Amino acid sequence: MPAPASASPVRANGAMRLAAALALAAAALALAGLAAGAEGWSLAWREEWPLVAGIRAPRTLGALLAGACLGLAGAIAQGLFRNPLADPYLLGSAAGAGLGITAVLVAGGLAGTGIALGSTDWLPRLGLVGAAFAGALAGVAASVALSGGAARPLVLLLAGVVVGVLAAALSDLLTLASPEALRGRQAFMLGTTGFLGWTSVALLAGALATCLPLSVRFARALDALVLGEASAASLGLELRRLRLLLVAMMALATGAAVAQTGLVAFVGLAAPHLVRRSVVVTHGPLLALSALAGAVLLAAADVLARAVAAPRELPVGLVTAVIGGAYLLALLRRRATP
Amino acid sequence: MSASVPPCLEADAVRVALGGRTVLDGVSVRLEAGHWTAIAGPNGAGKSTLLSALAGLRRVEAGTVRLDGRAIAQWPARERARRIAWLSQHGEADGELAARDVVLLGRLPHHGLLGAPDAADLAIADAAMRETECDAFVARRLASLSGGERQRVLIARALAVDAPVLLLDEPTTHLDAPHQRTLVRGLRRRAAAGAAIATVLHDLGLALAADRLLVLVAGRVAVEGPPDDAAVRAGLARAFGDAIRIVRLEADGDAPARWITVPRD
Repeated sequence: MPAPASASPVRANGAMRLAAALALAAAALALAGLAAGAEGWSLAWREEWPLVAGIRAPRTLGALLAGACLGLAGAIAQGLFRNPLADPYLLGSAAGAGLGITAVLVAGGLAGTGIALGSTDWLPRLGLVGAAFAGALAGVAASVALSGGAARPLVLLLAGVVVGVLAAALSDLLTLASPEALRGRQAFMLGTTGFLGWTSVALLAGALATCLPLSVRFARALDALVLGEASAASLGLELRRLRLLLVAMMALATGAAVAQTGLVAFVGLAAPHLVRRSVVVTHGPLLALSALAGAVLLAAADVLARAVAAPRELPVGLVTAVIGGAYLLALLRRRATP
Repeated sequence: MSASVPPCLEADAVRVALGGRTVLDGVSVRLEAGHWTAIAGPNGAGKSTLLSALAGLRRVEAGTVRLDGRAIAQWPARERARRIAWLSQHGEADGELAARDVVLLGRLPHHGLLGAPDAADLAIADAAMRETECDAFVARRLASLSGGERQRVLIARALAVDAPVLLLDEPTTHLDAPHQRTLVRGLRRRAAAGAAIATVLHDLGLALAADRLLVLVAGRVAVEGPPDDAAVRAGLARAFGDAIRIVRLEADGDAPARWITVPRD
């Protein structure tokens, strides 16, 4: 007599082990993040207290939180669209945020106030972050509206492509009018953890605290979607409403991350992959573990970006793009070999 | 006898159009408790469309579908999902979920989206997996299974709903002969226990083993009745342009008559 029930504890143990390993890695990276400075590694926190508390701590915490937001959003996207290559920027959020940033930079340039992306004054900073966040949400909202609600995922995806192209074209048009906005926009497109402060940490923590529990609570809908649209509907699920809710969670998490760190590549795509490679779990644990994996990935990239060419610093988006690209290539080669 | 048993699910003069093309036109069918109905017909006859309309998953343009006497669209989705289990024809289910978690999805209408399966749900899911003999790979990912293994998991998912109405679209796809036999025996047992069952089958030998046969041609009912009825069998052969011959098997002892189809030379 087989004992299928025995499969469950084994899997639960696997998920717990992975969670513990990721949490440990996150803690180690947090320490490394506090120690990594422009003049190399330093654990003399007492002497460098203003630097550690004012700059390194919020930057490290912010990177962990933004990575978690991206990992979560990526896992939601891949479940919603039943596509392992889906990423959080799909539905026009990236291009929308880019347009928001560009609009504020151009407006600042035209007004002669010269808002820079790295501005530490809270008013222009808030304006940029707010514009990116609003742009990301508006991009997703436009995609949902264009597709006539979220009833058909393929139409929604195509609408996202259209919104992305249009928003990018608009941004280009704006930068033509005001070329000095180009540099700021480029920094945003590369993705950076350099501007993360305590306000960013609070905003990211708020977004994660909203999106993670809610999306985990409704994760069974993503499980059911594995069976296909019609089968999920036959199980009594109100897919239209559920999909809207999950798209909203994805947009909120992505928008929060993008507004604080720009377009960091690959974290949202790779984090759920890493988790699925290690454990076989339902979407509830997958979403939570992907958030953890995203946190580890972005924090690791942040430390690397600071350490590789110190005292100079690489944009973190470049680091994630290189690492993520290499990882995807390796994945492709593994899949290609019979 | 069966006329006195209240029907579970019935379609009355149902018309369905897909992309401007009429796929079902005035189709009526009654699925009664205790009966297994096989739906057969040539490709594109509307078999799967009929099954999904019966499941309440497709809007009908004219006519009505009623479950226990009440219009299917008026049923709350979750209540309907507890009464009707539906298996998709398309093996589109794919992904990284473990086989057992897929089967447990069949319990979703019972414990709800925000609930969690309890011990009774687990027991029912495990029983369904034993029935379709997929208990050997409960922990494997759906995507890693062979076509037949995956189909057995998906059938177990439908059985795990434990619904009084069972609508299965091409359940024997990818199944080898022993598993086809297991499935048919399970369907018979469930029908005998009071379930109303309909299966779309392109394997006409299996379709002829059902209690009733509904033959669709170009979106209309060509013939309906028990396979023992010579007129029903003749209607089935006609539906396929008389390209098949229906042959009676020698019955063992007093076993009921069995029929098989062979291509005509």
